[in-house]
Amino acid sequence: MDIIVKLAYLVASIMFIIGIKKMNKPATARNGNQISAFGMLIAIVATMVQLDVLSLPEVLICIVIGSAIGYYVSQKVQMTQMPEMVALFNGFGGLASLGVGLSDYWLKSVENGEIVNNITLISILVTILIGGITFTGSYVAFAKLNGRISGNAIVFKGQHWLNFVLLLGACAGGALVLWQQDMIWGIYALLFISLLLGVLVVIPIGGADMPVVISLLNSYSGMAACATGFVLNNYMLIVAGALVGSSGIILTNIMCKGMNRSLLNVVMGGFGQTSTSAITVGGKSNLIVKEVGVEEAAILFDSASSVVIVPGYGMAVAQAQHIIKELMEILLKKNINVRFAIHPVAGRMPGHMNVLLAESNVPYDRLLEPDDIDDDLSNTDIVFVVGANDVVNPAARHDKNSPIYGMPIINADKAKTVIVSKRSMASGYAGIENELFGYPNCLMLFGDAKTTLTKVVNEIKEM
Amino acid sequence: MTIEYLIILLYILILASYCGFELISKIPPTLHTPLMSGSNAISGITIVGAILCSNELGYTTVSKILGMLAIILAMINVVGGYTVTDRMLKMFKK
Repeated sequence: MDIIVKLAYLVASIMFIIGIKKMNKPATARNGNQISAFGMLIAIVATMVQLDVLSLPEVLICIVIGSAIGYYVSQKVQMTQMPEMVALFNGFGGLASLGVGLSDYWLKSVENGEIVNNITLISILVTILIGGITFTGSYVAFAKLNGRISGNAIVFKGQHWLNFVLLLGACAGGALVLWQQDMIWGIYALLFISLLLGVLVVIPIGGADMPVVISLLNSYSGMAACATGFVLNNYMLIVAGALVGSSGIILTNIMCKGMNRSLLNVVMGGFGQTSTSAITVGGKSNLIVKEVGVEEAAILFDSASSVVIVPGYGMAVAQAQHIIKELMEILLKKNINVRFAIHPVAGRMPGHMNVLLAESNVPYDRLLEPDDIDDDLSNTDIVFVVGANDVVNPAARHDKNSPIYGMPIINADKAKTVIVSKRSMASGYAGIENELFGYPNCLMLFGDAKTTLTKVVNEIKEM
Repeated sequence: MTIEYLIILLYILILASYCGFELISKIPPTLHTPLMSGSNAISGITIVGAILCSNELGYTTVSKILGMLAIILAMINVVGGYTVTDRMLKMFKK
């Protein structure tokens, strides 16, 4: 029996790897996800059979409750809420691992009075630390994305020192437990500090840095699962946890590169707070911008032969993805080539824009990365910027004093005409003015993206 | 757990991480959101640990209650993560 269960775990591990491998193409990704889910089913059933779980009805009840909640949430959630949902689920993963680590300690050390060897004990302590940070950190990220608390960075003096001292405190708590295994106070201290640290490390990180935070927490939730594998000596948990952990690290890295900032710089937080005062005093703009009306914009679109749309977080806020798709269709009917250029850090999580556009039925082969479309931009008639700001700011190329200098951008200014749909002249996340808006080839289409675009589409229809 | 056994576990950790790095760096940015929610579901693998922790009769002990709590949370992750990923991937059309 034991051998069969172990073989089942091996099969499940292989299926996770194959599932992720198949995620490398949109055409096979769905199948990959199903393979991975099937692997999970095998792992769960094998564990239940091994323990003869049918004799434990309360365990079955817990499984049913969890499945029901998970299913309900996954069907209810809107695509614009994906970042919140992923953040929340990361937190659940962290808390579940924390529960496993704590439960194992309690069973062995408190209830059975066993002597736990140091390696297992260290694994338990690591699980509690990572699980705790993941849980509260993810909850703060969720609350920020959800608007329950301010999305801005919250910074105070001595923040990093406080975190450092807390981390030392956590280590001390852990050391206490290693020294005297039944020192429950050490566990309590570690637990409390890890929960507190989760909050403290996420609050200084603001709005547009959210993709980095979510990726990082995703990685932590994998590492926590991996640590439980060390606690329970389970190979499959280690393999699955390592896959998730490395996935999160790669995404974090891609996000940091997309902003030309180091992970340390993002994690230290406070970006966009310091630079605001220095550059745009009182938010007053010195740029002379040219405004364009709905009718004029419609005429411009109608007479173009190629259009590149650059979406940003503003598109998600305005829920403008469906009307953008209509715009695309009507332009395609007029034989105008429409493509999308998507910056890696657009939105609040990796791939956020792509999912929203996929939801509104934009084919994925029209969604391009900045590098792939860069050469074409100078031959493009119109670049249409919807709710994006810093990622099209040419200052990143030449202004050494700009906080975003060196960040890879979409060179929208190279196009013959740039139309920017924007609610107001407010600065982007970096808190700096976008010099693109003052360029001679740039036209501003002010107003809520959804409302103005609906008007533009109606105008084009009448032409 | 002996040191030898720990080393075997570390081998597995390192090889699996390397495998993850190789596979995931080839995933196109278009699929990054489904990748995150899908890998989120995989991190629900801790369900296995949670079930192992609840392997006792009765439900009065702290360890059992913690284990049961972990089962619910991990199961939300597993079922919610996979179904929402499937919902998203269904939308990706050429």
